[in-house]
Amino acid sequence: MLSPGSGNTVIKSKLISRRMFLITAAKAVVMVGLVGRLISLQINQATKYKSLSDKNRFREWKLAPERGAIKDFFNREIASNEPLYQVHLIPENAKDLDNLFVRLKAILNITDNRVSFLKRKIRKQKPWEPVIVSENLSWPDFSRLNLFLHELQGVEPIVSVARTYPDNSSAHILGYVSQISAKDLQTKEYLKELSVPGMAVGKTGLERKLDEQIIGKVGYQRYEVNAFGKRIREIKIDAGQAGKSFKTTLDYEVQKYTAELLKDKAAAVCVMDVYNGDIVSLVSSPTFEPNQFVHGLDKKYWNSLIKNEKKPLANKALSGLYPPGSTIKTLVALSALENKIVRPLDTFRCKGKIELYGEKFHCWEKEGHGIVNLRKGIQRSCDVYFYEIARKLGVDRLSETAKKFGLGKKVLSDFIEERSGVVPNTKWKKKFIGQNWYLGETLHSGIGQGYFQSTPLQLCLMTAQIANGGFEIKPRIIFDSKNDYLRDYLKFKNENPNQPLPTDLLVANFNLKPLFKNQEHINLIKDAMFSSSNEPGGTSYRHRFENPKFTFAGKTGSSQIKRFTEEQREAEVKQESLPYKDRDHALFVAFAPYKNPQYAISVLVEHGGSGGKTAAPIAKKVIKKVLERHELRVSANNLIGESV
Amino acid sequence: MLQQRSIQSSLSLRDKILSFDYILIFSILVLGIISMFAMYSTDGGEFKYHTNSHILRFFVFFGMFLVISLIQIRFWHETSYIIYFVIFLLLLGVKYFGLTSSGSQRWLNLYFMNLQPSELMKIGLILFLAKYYHRISIENINSFKHLVLPVTVLIGPVILVATQPDLGTSILIASGGIVVAWLAGVRAKFFIYSCIAMIALLPIAISFLKPYQKSRILTFLNPERDPLGAGYQIIQSKIAIGSGGLFGKGFLNGSQSYLDYLPEKHTDFIFTLFSEEFGFFGSLFILLLYALIISRIVRIGNMTRSNFGKLYCYSFATAFFIYVVVNMMMVLGLLPIVGSPLPIMSYGGSSMLSIMFGLGIVMSCKIYKDVPVN
Repeated sequence: MLSPGSGNTVIKSKLISRRMFLITAAKAVVMVGLVGRLISLQINQATKYKSLSDKNRFREWKLAPERGAIKDFFNREIASNEPLYQVHLIPENAKDLDNLFVRLKAILNITDNRVSFLKRKIRKQKPWEPVIVSENLSWPDFSRLNLFLHELQGVEPIVSVARTYPDNSSAHILGYVSQISAKDLQTKEYLKELSVPGMAVGKTGLERKLDEQIIGKVGYQRYEVNAFGKRIREIKIDAGQAGKSFKTTLDYEVQKYTAELLKDKAAAVCVMDVYNGDIVSLVSSPTFEPNQFVHGLDKKYWNSLIKNEKKPLANKALSGLYPPGSTIKTLVALSALENKIVRPLDTFRCKGKIELYGEKFHCWEKEGHGIVNLRKGIQRSCDVYFYEIARKLGVDRLSETAKKFGLGKKVLSDFIEERSGVVPNTKWKKKFIGQNWYLGETLHSGIGQGYFQSTPLQLCLMTAQIANGGFEIKPRIIFDSKNDYLRDYLKFKNENPNQPLPTDLLVANFNLKPLFKNQEHINLIKDAMFSSSNEPGGTSYRHRFENPKFTFAGKTGSSQIKRFTEEQREAEVKQESLPYKDRDHALFVAFAPYKNPQYAISVLVEHGGSGGKTAAPIAKKVIKKVLERHELRVSANNLIGESV
Repeated sequence: MLQQRSIQSSLSLRDKILSFDYILIFSILVLGIISMFAMYSTDGGEFKYHTNSHILRFFVFFGMFLVISLIQIRFWHETSYIIYFVIFLLLLGVKYFGLTSSGSQRWLNLYFMNLQPSELMKIGLILFLAKYYHRISIENINSFKHLVLPVTVLIGPVILVATQPDLGTSILIASGGIVVAWLAGVRAKFFIYSCIAMIALLPIAISFLKPYQKSRILTFLNPERDPLGAGYQIIQSKIAIGSGGLFGKGFLNGSQSYLDYLPEKHTDFIFTLFSEEFGFFGSLFILLLYALIISRIVRIGNMTRSNFGKLYCYSFATAFFIYVVVNMMMVLGLLPIVGSPLPIMSYGGSSMLSIMFGLGIVMSCKIYKDVPVN
């Protein structure tokens, strides 16, 4: 023990222990550090990491909800859903994308273009976001795919539903649906939370107007997935909620009938219930195939639509702007009567033209109409008569009446394609054109030319409001069994024929807003329209109905595209001999039956020439069809009334 | 001296067994059993290959640990150099006959198991240096002449292992050797100089790194650099541990692990799995268990009279601590992923073998604590 060696050993042992003490102290510090890290991760940041872990674990697949149906007045579905077979691909589940596409091409008949498009799309999005390989497979293709499914990892056969339309007769008013676009997502708040791949959204017409309610609630499937994206088990499923279905006021039979009548023409027809504003029919022609839009449009078809000079995509009834032409004469006359400019029996002499400050204003009848009063003026559509009264009336008073009857503003709400048109007056011209109003322009306005612009639906509303005795109606296309004040009033009137109702009482008792100062004026106009359609010399006399059940009262119109030159006028050039693009638009508005008005109609045929020749015969046929179905419509309405 | 020796060497088996450190044995058993449950969880709640073979290995090597404990410490002292050289030869063997797996050549095929000599070298180097510093006198420790051999025996295996390539294990081997030298009294300035030399050599070392090793270091510095590639492991491990919260998700309910988000869950990330399922308290329990084991080893070192025993126990305890801490820091996102198993918990025969071997010698120090080694 006393040897130097053992002393050495003791010193060494002490040195070792001293150094070990230092190490132990360091260990303690490190241990504390580790515990601190555990506290930080597992206590302080536990919530964050729990949600990250759930994000790992769960993956949700959204399920596109079924779109609500759109029905016609008789509950027939005019926009419904059909089963749809699709193939989706989740890129992260696929082992080898290139290989997979080769296999898919062999099974499914997809083009190289489509494959490279899909590959580009896959590169752009997250690996677990599905892409749609095939939008709409036939059943045989779909079942063949299912047969090979075990060797197609990442491919998912999907059965869903898609929009379908029985035919294209109502394509414009219904609109179409198509895949959600980036712009849709930006502009429409309600779409943000329900973005589902391949979901269709309404782009135009009713489909767009009702989109938010009709689209339904998105469902989802939540799966637990492993690190490779494989679904381990389903955690939760929410089937979502089908969208709300809507019943419209449209009559599918009339739509079909009218569409057939308008085939190959660039034309539009509106039919409206004159008492409650129910739009019975609204057809624009030529039409397009809305079913083509549901699954991604064929480029060729799209180009053919775009290039067609008759503009099949435009809803001419809502967004086509045309000078109202002579159809406005009803309002010019009414305005003149109301403003005491003219009395019904005041006469003018029509010599075929008048001159104003050196400018010639022609009547369409070169020889002139001779002595013309208000009734004859409307019956024969004498331009000179209306030049005269328009000159006295002035454009501002005319525009006031025109606006009151619904021109110059949108008739329906929430149709993005609807346009409001123009009712010109002196202020308007100053504001939008920056010039003063010329008297000559008043004359043009008096026959519905010049700056006047209106849609066929506005003209229909105008006519309906004349037909119902001059009361304001609010046109509607979504069925609503309420707000039938005007009928209540009529019923009252029939039961108490001798009781006059002052205007304020109308408002108080029936919630009606009269558009007239004196209802007698309205009746004068209606009578003049009757003569125009049913008395010899009337502009649409040739197309009258003898049967009082169908008798209508109408007003023709043709809106000039190009002014006639003096030479053409001298040569008596016929509309038919002009190039198509230069021909006048043919217009016709009417209401029927004359004795007990139920419906108002407006017909427009682009470049159809004269209203009496091309528009009136169409109106005649549609009026007959609509009136034949009137009983049915009333009984359908009553049935609903009972069930409510 | 002679008398003392005879007294000690005549210990009966009963005496030996009575002088076991039962707290240490108990801690090891508890940790072993916990590791079996963890392994059972990695197998998705079934007795599959990993679980069965882990259980078997644990008990086989636990038995070996007891047998080694009963062998005289003097024997281990005498054979230290031989053990080191045998392991060194095995390492050389790996270089020429080793099995290659996922790009690195680490294993020798022994037919009943694949042996990873680099794991054994962790103990072999400590044994060698403990003996070496036990033998030289305190005056000579800092002489240059006496530094040559330790540095050589340290650098040799480190280079062999680093070129397998297995950077993690080579660093761990080196750290064990450095700890012995530090405990033996090599001057701090020597370590500082080496450190400076290392830093100077770092650019050259980096040029030798494999691309995946570089990417691991870069990824550690910023895991979001490549969240689906190299950063994936760190991120997923942190998510698993963090989402465990205070009490964990429950046994067999670790979603990160059974949905395969967790990489290497049997081996390097076994603590992550346990921590996800048993939460903060579970993790703390494991930490305390390791702390207990380490403190028992240090305590045995305190009791041992021979400097060889002291050096060995302290160094082994410290190396053991380093293995635990490096693994935990790695899975907690505090160190780059270097591939180091968690002692006893991780799946892996060689690691288990070397730890049990090391613990066996510790226990032998305890039993023969009063026996001088020479």
